Amino acid sequence: MTGDLIQFALMGKYIGAGLATIGLGGAGIGVGTIAGNFLSGALRNPSAAPGQMANLFVGIAFAEALGIFSFLIALLLMFAV
Amino acid sequence: MADEAGGLVIDPMHQFQIHPLFGEGPLMWYTPTNQTLWLGITVVVISLLMLIGSAPRKVIPGRTQSIAELLYSFIHDMVEEVTGHEGAKFFPYLMVLFTFIVTSNLLGLLPGSFSPTSHIAVTAVLAVMVFLTVTLVGFYKKGIGFLGMFWVSSAPLPLRPILALIELISYFVRPLSHSIRLGGNIMAGHAVIKVFAGFAGVMGIASVVPIAAIAAIYGLELLVAVVQAYVFTILTCVYLRDAVGEAHH
Amino acid sequence: MSTTETVAGAAGEASEKGMPQLNFATWPNQVFWLLVALVIIYIVMTKIAMPRIAAVLAERKGRIGGDLAAAEELKSKAKAAEAAYNLALEQARLEAAKIIAATKAEIQKDLNAAMADADAQISAKAAESEKRIAEIRAGAVQAVAEVARETAGALVTALGGTADDKAIEAAVAARLKG
Repeated sequence: MTGDLIQFALMGKYIGAGLATIGLGGAGIGVGTIAGNFLSGALRNPSAAPGQMANLFVGIAFAEALGIFSFLIALLLMFAV
Repeated sequence: MADEAGGLVIDPMHQFQIHPLFGEGPLMWYTPTNQTLWLGITVVVISLLMLIGSAPRKVIPGRTQSIAELLYSFIHDMVEEVTGHEGAKFFPYLMVLFTFIVTSNLLGLLPGSFSPTSHIAVTAVLAVMVFLTVTLVGFYKKGIGFLGMFWVSSAPLPLRPILALIELISYFVRPLSHSIRLGGNIMAGHAVIKVFAGFAGVMGIASVVPIAAIAAIYGLELLVAVVQAYVFTILTCVYLRDAVGEAHH
Repeated sequence: MSTTETVAGAAGEASEKGMPQLNFATWPNQVFWLLVALVIIYIVMTKIAMPRIAAVLAERKGRIGGDLAAAEELKSKAKAAEAAYNLALEQARLEAAKIIAATKAEIQKDLNAAMADADAQISAKAAESEKRIAEIRAGAVQAVAEVARETAGALVTALGGTADDKAIEAAVAARLKG
């Protein structure tokens, strides 16, 4: 009986880890939106683009950090719970 | 848990194990570990690069001198541009941060190596150092006025307490996101490569597919290694601007 | 970590499984050695590398500034030289034009003199020829009168008359004139 419970918990753990990785898709959407908008802006005004590279990377970093959080949750579920 | 899978043995976390470099003894705070070894290699590489690079002092630089000078002026321009003139005295600090992170990230990509920056402990120390620096410098420079950063004077008055709460929370989440971003990126890249390497071990002739994937991911990881170091440094600059520059909120 | 431990079945392996990043037993060690590494890098940077690089960059900046100034000076010099060259070229051109004009005038003068000489010679020759032609014509008229007189005398004699020289002469003269 306890063995079944353990197996059940294990299943929940793996499913949870898989679900947590969905969050990375959001990070992908965010990074893509930022990069795409940067590119369309840069094509309109190429001379201003190099000065905004820092802002581009900061924006990408912020968007990506949230995806990394969900990846971390997945890792925690897989290896630490 | 890889044991249950039978033939397929993938343990992507094994590469991050820390073990004593000599013998089997207990891990004391001073015990040299494999991480200590790679921290040492990082220090040696940076020192050699900077010392050899700055030794010739030629007006027309050679290769090593070019790299050292490029690093120097890259960080210098970044600090000047983002933090302003006031932040220029933090330049050595940021130089240390960037060179350490980028060297450690790149050395970690060598096969069989160990990446200190993939450990939350390391990135947390770096991020907490930045957090403490920003907070202390902010209070030192502006006194109690540093708290004005959380009081968004451009917002309607009823909204301000709520915004202040949100700003406060985001301020204290900074070191967390700052450290998890760097550590998570490096860890994720290494783990993904390890997972694909595990596939390659059991797929026979078809393992060219995961090996090609490893090559592609390796290129991506090279980019990530440099970009994450850049991002860590520029975010430090942005946070420092809050402390030394005029408030932008 | 309870599940992992139970599955792994050995408590001793607990730290071997799981995430090594979250094995807090290793944190003091990591933090200690990281701080050591950062302090060493900081010392190497601030005491040796960065002052040197800053000095080199400053020197290069100064050198480039000096070189730029020198280049500017050389450029202005080159411009002055070009202007002088252009001036000299212009003068040479003017000189050449003058020489050409002078030479042309001289040649024209020689030509005119030669033309006049030739004209004079030609007119002298023409006058002489005209005189000659007139003489020949006069000679011819005299010869014709002579022949006419003799012929007339002979005719008169042959017809049985007496040749009166004076009358014949008068008649011939009258005929020749008419």
